[in-house]
Amino acid sequence: MPKIRFIEHNGKEHVVEAEVGLSVMEAAIRNMIPGIDADCGGACACATCHVYVDEAWSAKTGKPAAMEESMLDFAYEPRETSRLSCQIKVSEALDGLVVRLPEFQG
Amino acid sequence: MGTELTDTIVIIGAGQAGLQAAASLRQEGFAGDITLIGAEPEPPYQRPPLSKAYLDGGLEASRLYLKPLEFYAKQRIALRRNARVAAIDRQDKQVALAGGEALSYDRLLIATGAAPRRLAAPGAELAGVFYLRSVADSDALRAVLRAGERLVIIGAGYIGLEVAAVARKAGLAVTVLEAMDRPLARVAGPEVSAFYEDLHRGHGVDLRLGAAALGFEGKDRVEAVALKGGETIPCGAVLVGIGVAPVTGIAEAAGLATANGLLVDDHARTGDAAIWAAGDCTNFPSPLYGRRMRLESVPNAIEQAKVAAANMAGRDVVYDAVPWFWSDQHDVKLQTAGISEGADQRIVRGEAGAKRLAVWSLKEGRLLAVDTMNDPASFIVGKRLIAAKASPDPKGLADPAQDLKSLLS
Repeated sequence: MPKIRFIEHNGKEHVVEAEVGLSVMEAAIRNMIPGIDADCGGACACATCHVYVDEAWSAKTGKPAAMEESMLDFAYEPRETSRLSCQIKVSEALDGLVVRLPEFQG
Repeated sequence: MGTELTDTIVIIGAGQAGLQAAASLRQEGFAGDITLIGAEPEPPYQRPPLSKAYLDGGLEASRLYLKPLEFYAKQRIALRRNARVAAIDRQDKQVALAGGEALSYDRLLIATGAAPRRLAAPGAELAGVFYLRSVADSDALRAVLRAGERLVIIGAGYIGLEVAAVARKAGLAVTVLEAMDRPLARVAGPEVSAFYEDLHRGHGVDLRLGAAALGFEGKDRVEAVALKGGETIPCGAVLVGIGVAPVTGIAEAAGLATANGLLVDDHARTGDAAIWAAGDCTNFPSPLYGRRMRLESVPNAIEQAKVAAANMAGRDVVYDAVPWFWSDQHDVKLQTAGISEGADQRIVRGEAGAKRLAVWSLKEGRLLAVDTMNDPASFIVGKRLIAAKASPDPKGLADPAQDLKSLLS
């Protein structure tokens, strides 16, 4: 199973196994990673699952679609590599993915 | 502050609000026992996908769970499933389960949610007439969504329209019967209704407005719906989506006040100092709107439960969130913020007939609400303006060329 490394704002790291086909957000929720709220359950409706994708992984995770991009525009401190983790699907190609969490969600 | 953090807390209702309260209590540092009681067999799960992706057949039930099963043991939350509460004894501070077991509490949270309103019409008890609230309901409905069949839906509210979209995608013929003269009449203005009327008709939904079902015909199962006016529509199944009523029976029986929901204050507390309530079952005062309201939404369940938990843990927090909601139908995402009741002005941003639209509702210049279709920027800006009780420039709201961010400063 692909592994994802979540790095909290305070530096604490969590490496979790993520089932292929789930979203990165679901992998976070299933593994009780603090700092991802996912209030709308993955419907791209709330922007509380915001993550910064590590630059080395940007190309593989891809760019946000229009709807996600609009939501990100208003997320807390968005960056070039910002994504809503509910919109990133876990695949074997993302084994080793590293994402950092913003200081706040929403 | 001392005793609050080691009390025993019982939560009646293991839905969105009940689960959120349990999780938030631990985040607040509450160290006492927590028992979370649910009537359904599943652990707490999200309901929104039940009329969308889960009904569609693309998800396993475990994908709906709000937390993995390990969460409850790890957080020392005693999750009781298939457990119904028969009564609350406020004197002795005990909750009686249907099987006879009694659970003592120091503090109690009631999060019993809401239940679908039943249609009172001849034949409504026939097999093949469905309601949609639970995983079991969604599984039962999915089993009859077979391509080529006709599904008749009673009610053009969110549930009815979301199921209409799923059923059309599955290849069924769909007729929606709506008693009012437009869809989503309870929750939206005429521009939003018109948008959804076009959207559904464009996807081949047979939408009948001002139409009422008089009864259902069939031997063992429903075979046809009889309309007011004499027409009969043959069908393989019926979905009734005519709204929900708050579940407050045991609270009322225990002497707690209800009026369109279980009455709580702006701290989510009932008239009993040891009992709080959160989510679909409550009626609460909104400081933002200066009146009481009952909301049927996931964000309300989450936000109010967080406030209840904070207060149960000894803090002092007022519930004052901007109500918001979302709905996915066909390829359109609706996101609404605020409540438009009482608006004296509506401003449209975008073209009616386009796939992206925002409708702003104002009262005496102040923004009360915004309904957005595929326009998340308007949703988010609108939500912030509503929270700030702002009176934004109407020209800025109406002009799609104007950057919405400029309205925030």
